[in-house]
Amino acid sequence: MKATVYVTIRQNVLDPQGKAVRDALGTLGFGEVKDVRIGKYMELELATEDRAEAEARIREMCEKLLANPVIEDYRFELA
Amino acid sequence: METSRSVELGALAERGGQMKFAVIVFPGSNCDVDCYKAVEDTIGQPVDYVWHTETDLSGYDCILLPGGFSYGDYLRCGAIARFAPVMNALVKAAEEGKFILGICNGFQILLEAGLLPGAMLRNRSLKFRCHPAALRVETTRTVFTSDYARGEILNIPIAHGEGNYYCDEATLVELKASDQIVFRYVGENPNGSVDDIAGICNKAGNVVGMMPHPERAVSALLGSEDGKRMFTSVLNAWRVKHGTAAISGA
Repeated sequence: MKATVYVTIRQNVLDPQGKAVRDALGTLGFGEVKDVRIGKYMELELATEDRAEAEARIREMCEKLLANPVIEDYRFELA
Repeated sequence: METSRSVELGALAERGGQMKFAVIVFPGSNCDVDCYKAVEDTIGQPVDYVWHTETDLSGYDCILLPGGFSYGDYLRCGAIARFAPVMNALVKAAEEGKFILGICNGFQILLEAGLLPGAMLRNRSLKFRCHPAALRVETTRTVFTSDYARGEILNIPIAHGEGNYYCDEATLVELKASDQIVFRYVGENPNGSVDDIAGICNKAGNVVGMMPHPERAVSALLGSEDGKRMFTSVLNAWRVKHGTAAISGA
């Protein structure tokens, strides 16, 4: 089973990279861009076919290591 | 109680009353030599390099987590170092009240490990900043700042790309209420940190984390001697602690 994990800086925390990219897009004429959030994309190959078990384990991985809950949110998809 | 005290004092006498320092070395640490030399040059106490795979820190009185880029700063600064084998021993040492100082990457590791509250973000300017910085000593109650005066301005260099300290409102209120803000930047805030924070401590004051590098400010030749007293402070704190034990044990 494959898990795709997305980690982003939380909405109420300033994302300095996202802000710099938004400003650059504005300079290039893409003035309609109001906000940019930059995050991480991770692909995990899991040696299990049990969906419920995989969900619980991925959540644990996110809480423990893949995301820092003080500043980041995470979500994931299983396929 | 009596037995453990006399054992402790016996061990102290055996070492000739010397305070033992450990500098933890992770793959990618690069300020470990500076920390080691700073201990030697400022207070002349015994100091060892301790590799991150060690699991016992019981022989040390003070543990320094140096700057650098542990594990290449992969994922997040300090995120992988935080699970190194030595970290269980470090958490135990913190609980026992041993003296712990995390500098720069060492501070990031203490945050990731949850030994100090908050987290680090990329500098607001997105630039790696490497230059002398003016710091104000906000509290002298920690074991690393007792030789300073509250409000004193220090000149200590910074060198980081991710020193933008962040914590939520509630945590900031708590840090202020418990006198846990140790240093603030004066004048320009180089990284955008919350409330100009440059360093904080835990509630007990035995664990301190800071982005600036006191170990690089221990000689006039290096441009500043203002970092020296962090080392003299902790030696004095250790002597007071053991002196008190000796008196009450008599």
